[in-house]
Amino acid sequence: MLSRTADNLYWLSRYVERAEYLARVLEATHRLSALPLAYAGPSNEWESAVATAGCAAAFQSAYGEPNEETVTDFLAFSSENPSSIRSCFEVARANARAVRTALTMEMWDAINGAWLEIRGFGPGRKSRDEIARFLRLIQESSLRYDGSAYRTMLRNDAFWFSRLGVYMERSDNTARILDVKYHLLLPAQQHVGGPLDYFQWAAILRTVSALTSYRWVYRDSVKPWLVADLLILNNQMPRSLASCYENLVRNLDLIGQAYGRQGLAQRQARAIRARLESSRMEEIFQAGLHEFITEFIADNNRLGTTITQQYLL
Amino acid sequence: MSSVSAQTTGPQKRTLSLVRSDMPPVEGPIGFDEMWGRDSVVRAPYNELAAWLDQIPSGVLDQRRREAELVFRRIGITFAVYGETDAQERLIPFDVIPRILSSAEWDRLRRGLEQRVRAINLFIKDIYSRREILRAGIVPEDMVFQNPVFRPEMNGLKVPHDLYVFVAGIDIVRVDAETFYVLEDNVRTPSGVSYMLENREIMHRLFPDLFSRHRIAPVDNYPDELLATLKSVAPGTTSGDPTVVLLTPGVFNSAYYEHSFLADKLGIELVEGRDLVVRDEVVYMRTTEGLNRVDVIYRRVDDDFLDPLAFRADSLLGVPGLMSAYFAGTVTLANAVGTGIADDKAIYSYMPEILRFYMGEEPILKNVPTWCCRRPADLAYVLDHLEELVVKEVHGSGGYGMLIGPKADKGSLAAFRDKLKFQPNAFIAQPTLSLSTCPTCVEDGVAPRHVDLRPFVLNGRDQIRIVPGGLTRVALKRGSLVVNSSQGGGTKDTWVLDH
Repeated sequence: MLSRTADNLYWLSRYVERAEYLARVLEATHRLSALPLAYAGPSNEWESAVATAGCAAAFQSAYGEPNEETVTDFLAFSSENPSSIRSCFEVARANARAVRTALTMEMWDAINGAWLEIRGFGPGRKSRDEIARFLRLIQESSLRYDGSAYRTMLRNDAFWFSRLGVYMERSDNTARILDVKYHLLLPAQQHVGGPLDYFQWAAILRTVSALTSYRWVYRDSVKPWLVADLLILNNQMPRSLASCYENLVRNLDLIGQAYGRQGLAQRQARAIRARLESSRMEEIFQAGLHEFITEFIADNNRLGTTITQQYLL
Repeated sequence: MSSVSAQTTGPQKRTLSLVRSDMPPVEGPIGFDEMWGRDSVVRAPYNELAAWLDQIPSGVLDQRRREAELVFRRIGITFAVYGETDAQERLIPFDVIPRILSSAEWDRLRRGLEQRVRAINLFIKDIYSRREILRAGIVPEDMVFQNPVFRPEMNGLKVPHDLYVFVAGIDIVRVDAETFYVLEDNVRTPSGVSYMLENREIMHRLFPDLFSRHRIAPVDNYPDELLATLKSVAPGTTSGDPTVVLLTPGVFNSAYYEHSFLADKLGIELVEGRDLVVRDEVVYMRTTEGLNRVDVIYRRVDDDFLDPLAFRADSLLGVPGLMSAYFAGTVTLANAVGTGIADDKAIYSYMPEILRFYMGEEPILKNVPTWCCRRPADLAYVLDHLEELVVKEVHGSGGYGMLIGPKADKGSLAAFRDKLKFQPNAFIAQPTLSLSTCPTCVEDGVAPRHVDLRPFVLNGRDQIRIVPGGLTRVALKRGSLVVNSSQGGGTKDTWVLDH
């Protein structure tokens, strides 16, 4: 297939996945900020939401003070923020339009329909109800797009490249929330058991839609090291780094087999998966959770560059 | 069902619901309506439709029209209008009442179209090789050599199979039961065929009952016919099955939807200039598996923008070096470069003679009588009769820059008079034809609106293929003669009845 088509499909999936992630970040933050101070703690969860979205610098220069209104506007609706939910869908739709022939009717419908509705949310202040409705729309649209792709696409390179986009973005997002919140997940004595931290951990789990999964996997109250384990090493959990890499390796292998040629991207992905498979949480904590995550983000970015160079240019 | 067909045989008088109450104030005689003729008796091809329109409860047409719009919006058939930023993706209005041609009418059109496209192809070949028609003094030399669309690069070039025009859109208008005129030849990158196909698709969906009452020649084999045509003209260097691609200027082009639609139906890659690369006079496309050789390019990019090394250097749409591959004969461009010389409005007025010259036959389809303002006698006539005529720019398209005499005010008449005197070569004039009308849904019911027809002619190495019908465009504004989609025209499904 055309490199440009593959590139468009890859980024289309990435943008939809990113929009859904941002919607979850905002939803979890709204929930956290609604708690009485005694539960939520003194930390500014809005500042942390911007950091989790990876656009702290851009926010600083545009708004200054992070609070519910500014952060919601910036992450959800701003057309100046190229990574806002609105911008993500705008780019996603432009990409979709450019590769109409590579999309199924259902996928186009999901993107185009979502965009038409998103456009209905005009500028200006919005009520909490409106914001909640918007965030729900985004999550539903993402599910619909992903489901349409899964159920209607031919299983060929077009499908595999669009899956690569999903998992690259997802692993990046999970790594980013770990990067911002890692201090909450350290198994330090003083953190255990406080109600304050419980809600912070729950917010993290909510952001990756894993609060219920956590209970089923560990059958235990929320403990920070188990949250870290769930997000990093547990391959049952679809947003964990391990699960993302299992899927990245699989889809890259399918592409390699179809083209009769393996390359650097396949080798890099396998190396990262091997590291995740052989790691134990205790070792990661001993060597430093923060270092581990920083290294992972660098590896992940490198793989993204390799995929682009190998297939998408 | 039998009682229905009993009702519908034989001529019918016009019923009240279809009174042409909003017919424009008449200039000259009442025009020819394709359903009602001139004397309010339903013409044979429309018998079933007229009966059906009579039967359906009021509101049905309006409801179907809304349904159609919803479907079009959802599947994203949109049309970008240049210069309207807000309406970057506008829908072309679709009228749910079909336009119907009998098989005898179509048969004559088909033969006329074949004849005309063959002649056009021979003319282009001649212009870029022996130029016999110029030596015979039939077409003035300066009209060719001073024409901006003449491509000296094409001189003496041997193109595969001597074919230049592979896809042509010939615009036809009708003035009475017997007379069809060719209004315009489009042999560069004619568009609109996607609407022909989508209109049929949507009519099937909306009016299954109406369909079952007719035997309508299908059009949905057009993509197959187009692909067969394109494959038939692959260059001699092709090994195995030719690789065909569709070259688009990109998403911002007004016809982008059509480009992606056709690529999808043909199962070929939709490429932009940046997807192609030329190495050693061979064209390749960049794919996830490396470079792939390309044999035939169905290009929807104008000559000027094809290759920045050969034509406009500031073009980012093209492929550097593409013309070198074309000259080396390793790739077929469809249509060929330089075909614009044949669909220029000034050349148009010579088309009957051009046709006689190459075919040795009388044209089956006539031209609209045309005054060529470059001829002093014609110019004098035009200046004297300006308020009766339509004046068009020779190089204009899309209905822009034209004067409709009977509708123009004093100021614009005077302004055009000056333009004509200053630059007579740039204009032609035609009588204001009373174009045929067809019943069309409007705000408050059904009313006659002017229509034209663009059939699509495919000219391959082996044969000429034309799917029956084409795109009917309709001027939705009351009394308007301008059917161009860029100026508020709409479209209709076109039915050719089978024997």
